[in-house]
Amino acid sequence: MQPILQTKQLCHTYSSGTPFEHTALDRVDFRIERGEFLGIIGHTGSGKSTLIRHLNALLRPSAGQVLLDGEDIWKDKAFTRQARFRVGLVFQYPEYQLFEETVYKDIAFGPKNMGLEAREVDRRVREALGFVGLGEELLEKSPFDLSGGQKRRVAIAGVIAMEPEVLILDEPTAGLDPAGCEAILENIRAFQRSKGAAVVMVSHSMEEVAANVRRLVVMDHGRIFADGSPTEVFARAEELRAIGLTIPQVTEVFRRLRALGLDLPAVYTTGQAKAAILARRGAGTC
Amino acid sequence: MLKDITLGQFFPGTTIVHRLDPRTKLILLVVYIVALFTAKGFLSYGAVLAFLVLAVGLSRIPVKTLMKSLKPLLIVIAITGLLNLFYTEGRVLARFWVFQITVEGIIAAFLMVLRISMLVAGTFLLTYTTSPIALTDGLELLMGPLKKLRVPVHELSMMMCIALRFIPTLTEETDKIISAQKARGADFETGNLLRRGKALLPILVPLFISAFRRADELATAMECRCYHGGEGRTRLRQPRYLMHDFLALALGLLLLAGVITLRLLGL
Ligand SMILES: Nc1ncnc2c1ncn2[C@@H]1O[C@H](COP(=O)(O)OP(=O)(O)O)[C@@H](O)[C@H]1O
Ligand SMILES: [Mg+2]
Repeated sequence: MQPILQTKQLCHTYSSGTPFEHTALDRVDFRIERGEFLGIIGHTGSGKSTLIRHLNALLRPSAGQVLLDGEDIWKDKAFTRQARFRVGLVFQYPEYQLFEETVYKDIAFGPKNMGLEAREVDRRVREALGFVGLGEELLEKSPFDLSGGQKRRVAIAGVIAMEPEVLILDEPTAGLDPAGCEAILENIRAFQRSKGAAVVMVSHSMEEVAANVRRLVVMDHGRIFADGSPTEVFARAEELRAIGLTIPQVTEVFRRLRALGLDLPAVYTTGQAKAAILARRGAGTC
Repeated sequence: MLKDITLGQFFPGTTIVHRLDPRTKLILLVVYIVALFTAKGFLSYGAVLAFLVLAVGLSRIPVKTLMKSLKPLLIVIAITGLLNLFYTEGRVLARFWVFQITVEGIIAAFLMVLRISMLVAGTFLLTYTTSPIALTDGLELLMGPLKKLRVPVHELSMMMCIALRFIPTLTEETDKIISAQKARGADFETGNLLRRGKALLPILVPLFISAFRRADELATAMECRCYHGGEGRTRLRQPRYLMHDFLALALGLLLLAGVITLRLLGL
């Protein structure tokens, strides 16, 4: 089946023709399948944000193409506008884009722009609020009176309410405490399960990404450095370290234990590690 | 997008023009502008132009970049040129409808366009080769004597410095907010004036909130480091006048003297 989103030899150069010229993307070929949970990681400045801004037509490629459902996203104006709704993009620190008087109006901004009728907008606002785990009593509050974590959820709800086929989040957990991170990740998973949308999560934390995604894309200097399952990617631990990324600690510990000859599976989270160790104990080999 | 505005942008470098004391450059700019407006004949324009060419050449700022900075003013330059072209009395070359073109008109238009372009180019050369910080430092030092008249020179220059410092930050922020709202389907390009004005709200509200937040944080940070205004404050970079500063000033004054002499001679 055709991937929902695909880039072909995508290049982007900022400030072209000035002394500040900078190639942020260099011939990127990459695809997002329907309904998958994909992680993009890379150190700061590797081009992650630039890449995802191309995926909903906010940036125009300097060269190459972005295909949505097999069609060029810049084909015509109407299609480009459609693409913005079909591919929802949550920016880094999205709480700074809130502007309406009430939470309700802010979440309704996207659906209204889509031209939906009031009943449908209402349904979506309430549903989106539920996905991000906030109560309806907040709807009439000013978004500026909420806590930081709540603001972020409202902002994410504002994109979820457009019911995009692909939801892209740029470092959605940056600056939150561990409990807040886990809660937001759970919200995102709930949305994905319920709507069957593809979710792309950008992050610079291996731990966070590894625990959630099926496929991992690693970026370095505007190029795709690795693309595969977490196991495949983490097998290249040395190379990853060379480009300034580390694999999750527990994965590393298990890798070393395996190197010592112990028969252990590849794990990314402490939960998996615990299960693996208990399984071995059960088998009586420890 | 917004980043492409080059107004007041600084291109770091190590050429002699970059290394001149900001005060020298500011004085030279004033001298240059006075010379430019004193100049009358081709000879004196030539002298001022030579000065500009020399400065640009030494600064290694690409001519293309400088030309680009003229672009926003193209309309003003064109209108001034056309007005001069059509409304100067003299020997008539061509006539159509209410317009007439005279020899004097062509010359006047040419010189006027040259003058404005050189004015803009010279000013931009200053901002291209001087960091905003150095520039405000220079202004503060030059205006130093005004302190005696109770003008809060230091505070003014600090305000200017902060404003300049935050221009790129705020343009970046604006860029990001615009993108974020576009991602939610905001449309800034269609509709009548009222609609378009309303469409700006989703940008302006977050922008102002973030600007106030930043101002607040900056004030706290400054207070934490015991900033309390200009009184008794010393500088990190003590300004020093070097040989090349005197040479540059001498050259500038020479230009001005030359242009004035030419004018007095009626050339
Ligand atoms: N608007 C811009 N103008 C010029 N350069 C930019 C702009 N945005 C990003 N860059 C540069 O492009 C590179 C990639 O940036 P970005 O995509 O934001 O990386 P990441 O999100 O992985 O941190 C960086 O080196 C950054 O400095
Ligand atoms: Mg980024």
